[in-house]
Amino acid sequence: MAAGANISSDKVAALEQIANKLRLEIVKMIGVGKTGHLGGSCSIAEIVAVLYFYKMKHDPSNPKWAERDRFVLSKGHSALAQYAALAEAGYFGKDRLNTLKQLGSMLQGHPDFLKTPGVEANTGSLGQGLSIACGIAAGLKLDGLDSRVYCIVGDGEIAEGQIWEAAMAASFYKLDNLTVFVDVNGIQATGPVAQRFDTSPLYDKWKAFGWHVIEIDGHDVGQIINALDSAEGIKGKPTAILARTVKGKGIPFAENTAAFHNGAMTEEQYSQACSILEEKAGVRG
Amino acid sequence: MSTGNQRRAYGETLVELGRKDKNIVVLEADLGKSTMSYMFQQEFPERYFEMGIAEQNMASFAAGLALAGKTAFINSFAVFASGRTFDQIRQSICIGKLNVKIIGSSCGLSDFGDGATHQAVEDIAIMRAIPNMTVIAPADAIETKKAVEAAAAYKGPVYIRLNRNDMPDLFPENHEFEIGKPVLLKDGTDITVFAHGIMVSKALEAADMLKAEGISLRVVNVSTLKPLDEAAIKGYATGMKGVITAEEHSVIGGLAEITAFILRGSGLPLEAVAIQDRFGQSAHSYDELLAYYGLTSAAIANAARRLTGKG
Repeated sequence: MAAGANISSDKVAALEQIANKLRLEIVKMIGVGKTGHLGGSCSIAEIVAVLYFYKMKHDPSNPKWAERDRFVLSKGHSALAQYAALAEAGYFGKDRLNTLKQLGSMLQGHPDFLKTPGVEANTGSLGQGLSIACGIAAGLKLDGLDSRVYCIVGDGEIAEGQIWEAAMAASFYKLDNLTVFVDVNGIQATGPVAQRFDTSPLYDKWKAFGWHVIEIDGHDVGQIINALDSAEGIKGKPTAILARTVKGKGIPFAENTAAFHNGAMTEEQYSQACSILEEKAGVRG
Repeated sequence: MSTGNQRRAYGETLVELGRKDKNIVVLEADLGKSTMSYMFQQEFPERYFEMGIAEQNMASFAAGLALAGKTAFINSFAVFASGRTFDQIRQSICIGKLNVKIIGSSCGLSDFGDGATHQAVEDIAIMRAIPNMTVIAPADAIETKKAVEAAAAYKGPVYIRLNRNDMPDLFPENHEFEIGKPVLLKDGTDITVFAHGIMVSKALEAADMLKAEGISLRVVNVSTLKPLDEAAIKGYATGMKGVITAEEHSVIGGLAEITAFILRGSGLPLEAVAIQDRFGQSAHSYDELLAYYGLTSAAIANAARRLTGKG
């Protein structure tokens, strides 16, 4: 399907452009000769763009707004995608993005909610963010708020046993205000997930743990929108969206390459990536 | 002397706190009958989360509840509460200084029958090492109630270790507990005993035993292991012939090392009554196990005799 049922093709194109803007900022944040989590940040660019610029209720001028929707990036190493989105949304100036990982910076290597406005939880030790998202979802329900919680886990990350503890808790407590994306990019730090520690079959596993499961192309903005919209109608159980993605998406030399899980770009690679992404993001200049 | 039970005091206090504050939530990992968190469940089922035998998720889930504005109490045996969930407490809770209280029940050797797997001899060392963490080991049921109330009022992570068995009451009902403040329970002139948990009552017994021998013990309850008022520890030790630490915990990373560090350079001799670098084991009674590991009033008295040259 090309576009979501609830959205015009113009809006879809605009979101696609935002996703590429985020990629461009990710590349710029990493820069030349320094390692950064390029691959997993780029694989979630469309998902993050749709969450922040289509789906979530949030207010960049009031990050602690009680009725906001929450986003927890369980695969915290992909923080660059979230930082780019927060800056794009106006939580802080884009000039702050160059301070990434500098001593004393508000932008840590992994998300820190005490330091970065718009970040909801401290994640980075893999497998914990989904549990945190569940706890937030349960707390919102206790308060009678209709806010929703969104979480992204990696397909490598779900080898962590705690993910499945959380998956059981979410269905047991009927957390239908919780939607989880599994970023199925197929590659973890050292190589293909299937050859390292196969976490499939994903659909059957999440189904068996009591979740409503949707499978989509995680780079198709229309499919992401449709999946998120339909998740809101599912009552009594949480929703898992299995998003097939490409690690390093949008940057030819990084696509499907484990070396760019946390790799450094040469000057030439950096220029190439910027050039391609500026074009797609419509910011060539 | 009257006795009380720390677990029961905890359960009752939780219920009282729950009545006053609707933001108190309680999470349990299938040990509610033992930790006595079930009392809260009976009165506030909607604010009680049975998390199954899955402590790691419980800890991070509690972090999420705290992020949603709740004061979350998580419960397990001390050995699991500090060990099984160490990384979740560190990463999900402590870096963000979240309002989660970790209750380590059946601490030390107090779960005497279950053996080494269920006996936490190193929980204080583990929890103390985490930045932003507060660590409390109350000496009786009354202090437990006060410590739990103080923990609920404090914004941030707190670890409280509780004994499984009935213990002598040491404090009056109107005891004023303050996080970080050591409390003088009995003054003396020769030796200062710093103790926490069950060993505070043993230290008071030792003081009585030694009276006839002309050895005077000062007994100080150090229920907060972190943060600690270092000046107060120095003050209670200054001018004495020596210092004894007494704790139902490994000699590594507990009150013995804390006190030795605070008093470094003072020249005061120090004896540590503690579990040596060993695991626990099963026994038919708590007292039998405490005696085997040298955690007795007699051991404290012997240390005092050595320090006063009367050993």
